[in-house]
Amino acid sequence: MSIQVRNLSYVYNAGMPDEQKALDNVSFEVYNGQIASIIGHTGSGKSTLVQHLNGLLKPSEGTIIVGGTDITEAGVAMREIRQKVGLVFQYPEYQLFEETVAADVAFGPKNLGLDEMEINDRVREALSLVGLDVDEVGERSPFDLSGGQKRRVAIAGIIAMRPQVLILDEPTAGLDPGAHREIIDMIRKVHEKEENIVIFVSHNMDDVAALSDKVLVMDRGQLMMSGTPQEIFHQRERLANAGLDIPSAAKLMMQLRKSGCEVPVDALTREDAAKELAAYLQGKSRKC
Amino acid sequence: MENIIQIKNLTFDYIRESDEGSETIHAIRDVSLDIPEGSFTAIIGRNGSGKSTLAKNLNGLLLPTGGKILVNGWDTADEAHIWDVRQTAGMVFQNPDNQLVASIVEDDVAFGPENLGVPPKEIRERVDEVLKSVDMYPFRTKSPHLLSGGQKQRVAIAGVLAMEPRCIIFDEPTAMLDPQGRQEVMRIIRRLHEEGKTVILITHFMDEAAQADRIVIMDDGRVIADGTPGEIFADEETLRRIRLDVPLAVDMAHRLREYGIPVPADIITQEKLVEYICQYK
Amino acid sequence: MLRDITLGQYYPGSSPIHRLDPRVKIIATLLFIVELFIVNNFIGFAICAAAMAICVIVSKVPLSFIMRGLKPIIIILLFTFLLNIFMVDGKVIWTLGPLEVTKEGLITAIFMAIRLILLIIGSSLLTLTTTPIRLTDGIERLLSPFERFGLPAHDIAMMMSIALRFIPTLLEEADKIMKAQQARGADFESGNIMRRAKSLIPILIPLFVSAFRIAQDLAMAMESRCYRGGKGRTRLHEMRFHRKDVISMIVLFVFLAGIIVERMLVESDI
Repeated sequence: MSIQVRNLSYVYNAGMPDEQKALDNVSFEVYNGQIASIIGHTGSGKSTLVQHLNGLLKPSEGTIIVGGTDITEAGVAMREIRQKVGLVFQYPEYQLFEETVAADVAFGPKNLGLDEMEINDRVREALSLVGLDVDEVGERSPFDLSGGQKRRVAIAGIIAMRPQVLILDEPTAGLDPGAHREIIDMIRKVHEKEENIVIFVSHNMDDVAALSDKVLVMDRGQLMMSGTPQEIFHQRERLANAGLDIPSAAKLMMQLRKSGCEVPVDALTREDAAKELAAYLQGKSRKC
Repeated sequence: MENIIQIKNLTFDYIRESDEGSETIHAIRDVSLDIPEGSFTAIIGRNGSGKSTLAKNLNGLLLPTGGKILVNGWDTADEAHIWDVRQTAGMVFQNPDNQLVASIVEDDVAFGPENLGVPPKEIRERVDEVLKSVDMYPFRTKSPHLLSGGQKQRVAIAGVLAMEPRCIIFDEPTAMLDPQGRQEVMRIIRRLHEEGKTVILITHFMDEAAQADRIVIMDDGRVIADGTPGEIFADEETLRRIRLDVPLAVDMAHRLREYGIPVPADIITQEKLVEYICQYK
Repeated sequence: MLRDITLGQYYPGSSPIHRLDPRVKIIATLLFIVELFIVNNFIGFAICAAAMAICVIVSKVPLSFIMRGLKPIIIILLFTFLLNIFMVDGKVIWTLGPLEVTKEGLITAIFMAIRLILLIIGSSLLTLTTTPIRLTDGIERLLSPFERFGLPAHDIAMMMSIALRFIPTLLEEADKIMKAQQARGADFESGNIMRRAKSLIPILIPLFVSAFRIAQDLAMAMESRCYRGGKGRTRLHEMRFHRKDVISMIVLFVFLAGIIVERMLVESDI
């Protein structure tokens, strides 16, 4: 399984005076078992890109191949695409509409035409994957839940469709720190359990560094860089030009370097940074 | 310094209706705080801790169920002075879209002074001045829905400034913004504080709270800590207990101690940490 | 698609039309609509179209922007066109199975289409060159004489301006919700009418919830900015009739008289 995007371009209002190239010749691949993140300034084309990946937008040019099927081809059924690629929008809690949590999570699977037994199983499993118990919240109204819980229910609604590629557009936007960590842990858990491809859009470089195998950097509709977090975050100047930051731990290490400490600057997460710093400090004290 | 806002034994209860029946929620339980004129206070706490309810009580959008709040000496529950209260303590909300009333930037900024009955010529002067002070003057004839989140939020701030308040309450003004928008808004907030406005900032982001001169932590409707950023961030345990973020320097110091490096407890800023590591022997 | 609707949108500018008193523009638009119904021949339409073309050119609103506003009503336009073309009796010039196209039908259809297009361009020119606040201020002032009969002129005007302000916000919201439900496999395009109506529930409920949330936020924001109805309110833009407004009003009524005279002089086309 893989998702392959080849020479994808998208033009808004083609032929009109306000014609705009929202995506410009974007190509990349993400393989099974990988978590990829998309970073970029607001308006860099991230949202347009993810809406192509599950067929909501049709490209002006280029192809998207998911598990061997070109989903941009005319004959491909929408249902098949939605089954392969699940997209969780920003603030997904605003799309809840059913009377009960269980019914809302079941909406997607129902649209896939599954039988009731299968749907019930999937609802139970999806809710448990996002850390909720169907017996506890299943019959409650989704509108009575807390903000963080609502969001998890909304994400469960997509997970219950068992997509091979799960895309999340800024899944932690607007949450408090506790709920933020819960969502990040949840993404990791879902990925391990479902063994799918996860692609998430984020502004939080700490999350990007901690979660991703691959980072895609968008700038003005183009894929500016792609690579491992190590490869991407060491190009600090190029990121800065695109209005992007580096993880906070990496920033600390850079600051140490600037202040004259010869610390290694590979660390991107707080764990790694602490390990490297401890080794550096212990080495330093031994020398004296 | 004189206290512009005095909160005395404030409680706020409301009744929540749900499928399981109605229940009384104690959103705020016996909170007392004084806000000195010209100060910069950050209020942090997780969702549902009561911080937003507190903010709405501060300018009379909600009225106390117990205790009272004095703004510049006026009781917020006193109907005769409610407009004085709201003019003195302006409020900026979380959602940049839903608080702009007009379809043109300058018309929106004028909304407050218009309600206060300010003469047209003076409104014009105030609008131009406050739009310049939030760096949005070039956008005065634009439509807000074409602006970025950070720009919209700056317009909202201008709209409050045009009423010439002495105190501004920011209710999670950056929660829905991207990093650039957050920076823009924080820069304006800092500037307002430097110019002498009293600022109350409700936020989830520790780096924003760190810029205040005082931090109040709320949990379950109560104030559980109140001190300088230094004091608050040094109390790592409380922050972890109520599931807030620990600032990078505090977290790194903690991790280093686990490796046996004796980092002193007073190292809570990145600058101090860098200095400590560089001078370590 | 939803974003194409330009009706009720404002196109920023500083042309003489933009700067006219909104009351003059509202009256002008009403007169223009009346004139479109007075006209009964193509020469009259040509005159109206020419007058409007002058206004559009002076307003400096790009034609493409105005045309985009016509897109969503193309269906209505086609529908009335077809209805007229087949339904009017007269001299048959073309048959298509049981349907007959008559000369009179064709003329009426073209006539109605022109009237509708001019009407829409004319009224969108009003909203394109007048900010919603100015527009509603104008309506409020025009209605204020009726306040003594209990008409809440300020409240009506405020509601209108807020409705206009939130049209783009709600359209965006609807667009987002629709896409989100499509991502969950919702299908709005197939099935009979009942099924299609039912398929709207996943859009309408979240949209209502959003609308309520927006209304609540907005009410809170307005209250905190000391809004307390129309009493004691002042305005950033004072409304005063200038010389240009008075001249415009004279021109408008002269034009109306001209249209009436034209109708009397020229033979009707229908």
